[in-house]
Amino acid sequence: MFSAARRAVARPATAAIGRVTLNAYARQRFLSALAILEQRDGQLSAGSLSAVTAAKAIGGSVHGFLAGASVKSAAEEAAKVDGIEKILIVNNVAYEKGLPENYAPLLVENIKKGGYTHVIAANSAFAKGVLPRVSALLDSQQISDVTAIQDEKTFVRPIYAGNAIATVESTDAIKILTVRGTAFAAATLGSGSAAIEEGADPKAEATAEWVSEDLAKSDRPDLATASKVVSGGRGLKSKEEFDNIMLPLADALGAAVGASRAAVDSGYADNSLQVGQTGKVVAPEMYLAVGISGAIQHLAGMKDSKVIAAINKDADAPIFQIADVGLVGDLFEKVPELTEKLKSS
Amino acid sequence: MSSLRILVPIKRVIDYAVGFSSPRLSLNHFLVKPRVNKAQTGVETAGVKHSMNPFDELSVEESVRIREKKRSPGGVEDICVVSAGPAKAQDVLRTAMAMGADRGLHVELAEGEELEPLAVAKLLAATVARERSNLVVLGKQSIDDDAGQTGQMLAGLLGWPQATQASKIEFGADDAVTVTKEVDGGVETVRAKLPMVITTDLRLNEPRYASLPNIMKAKKKKLEKLKLGDLGIGNEVRLKILKVTEPPTRQGGGKVEDVDGLVSKLKELGAL
Repeated sequence: MFSAARRAVARPATAAIGRVTLNAYARQRFLSALAILEQRDGQLSAGSLSAVTAAKAIGGSVHGFLAGASVKSAAEEAAKVDGIEKILIVNNVAYEKGLPENYAPLLVENIKKGGYTHVIAANSAFAKGVLPRVSALLDSQQISDVTAIQDEKTFVRPIYAGNAIATVESTDAIKILTVRGTAFAAATLGSGSAAIEEGADPKAEATAEWVSEDLAKSDRPDLATASKVVSGGRGLKSKEEFDNIMLPLADALGAAVGASRAAVDSGYADNSLQVGQTGKVVAPEMYLAVGISGAIQHLAGMKDSKVIAAINKDADAPIFQIADVGLVGDLFEKVPELTEKLKSS
Repeated sequence: MSSLRILVPIKRVIDYAVGFSSPRLSLNHFLVKPRVNKAQTGVETAGVKHSMNPFDELSVEESVRIREKKRSPGGVEDICVVSAGPAKAQDVLRTAMAMGADRGLHVELAEGEELEPLAVAKLLAATVARERSNLVVLGKQSIDDDAGQTGQMLAGLLGWPQATQASKIEFGADDAVTVTKEVDGGVETVRAKLPMVITTDLRLNEPRYASLPNIMKAKKKKLEKLKLGDLGIGNEVRLKILKVTEPPTRQGGGKVEDVDGLVSKLKELGAL
């Protein structure tokens, strides 16, 4: 009631048309979302296409945004997504590493110029760094890790490590969201042909400097988007055992490898493989937990998986309370046996 | 080289052992989960153990280590901890002082009153000006709201460089600070000059336990009380909480006897 009345007051000239038509019209006309797309070396990040899916759920027009050293080819790819009207690109090497100090002013300039009502990014490390800074510059209270969009101002997000689900209504003029990738599937490339336009470049000073990076290289599927994930925990006992037991299993399944916090802290697996509240949130078709007890912070990162399987020697481990199928046994025997059976089947 | 005046914002939250990760304990099986209250307006907090947000313990620890190990060429002049919350927020401020912070600021809120990250960032920007801070070290997220925004918002408001999810902080000549950050797929290293904002990740350090003598000493350290108005800000609420609900529960599907049983059950469920 209140919002309908407010719309009528804001646009008195059209109030006589009839409320239902007006609202439908107002939604079409006045909602516009900017989806932040990520790229690396000119390659579009598939994960950031979940921002497009979320942007479409708002119900208005959808534009995409890309900036970096050479973004033309990534923009052409993104332009094929059905439902995107326009891709704004800023070709400038200063934005290649996504430094928040100059990327945030860049976004602010383009958001203001485009008059967007919603700004949406996938909940990646990049967006976690940049978007809150953008929000502060626009005086908007960001909504992080959104898992559902109810309408243009009502959003759902997990709090307390996923132990409670909050539904919030934003009163900000510009709504800034990061969305959980596993809750919004990446938009697929279709037959669209969005216009590609140059965005504004305020050329803000980069007050921080990118020095280096060290990224784990792997031929296995990406953890965040894999359809199957095998995760190892403290039960693996050492890095050697982790590699000996988990990697062949992952390869036999064509799965990504994940790890519990305990396994990462003990040095069995790289930090970037951590699944949980403070690591990655995954929701694959199948999640196989090996030697993982199932502490709440781990469950926060995988409990939306379609099928959960667990192998653990402790029959009372909490993981069995949520696993669709559990096997009590010594992982050093059971996992190699499973790997062999998968390979021969 | 400037000497460091470090501001460490800390938050009092439901204890991690009630259901969260902790930088100290990675092995615990959790027994109690936070529960949604009957009115569906939030999580039940009455009678539930509270403590310092685990990421904030890392911030306090790192600040104290910078001083102890003389890691900054300009030295550490001051470590000030600040918390906005009800009267009980003083408990976490005392804990931080027992860990080695010099003094505390308590911005008093009414019982049950909460600030959104943007309001906290504004409060901190005002505090930075008041205390002439040149380094702010915050946790990467609070384990209750899980927003992960305050540090970046603060850096934006101040126009300072930021380094988020830090796992290593090094100081060099000419006010340069080099920070290794945890990012998707690995680590990234950035460098900026003071003043700056850093947020801490779990692997930055292992926080100490406050010893009894230090807890006693902390009682004598200065703890100043302020109101939001003293910092020239109000509590603007931008997000209306419509409801808070329990997540859907998942039922386990039982156990199988052997590997063959596992494979056939997975096939039956369409997972293989």
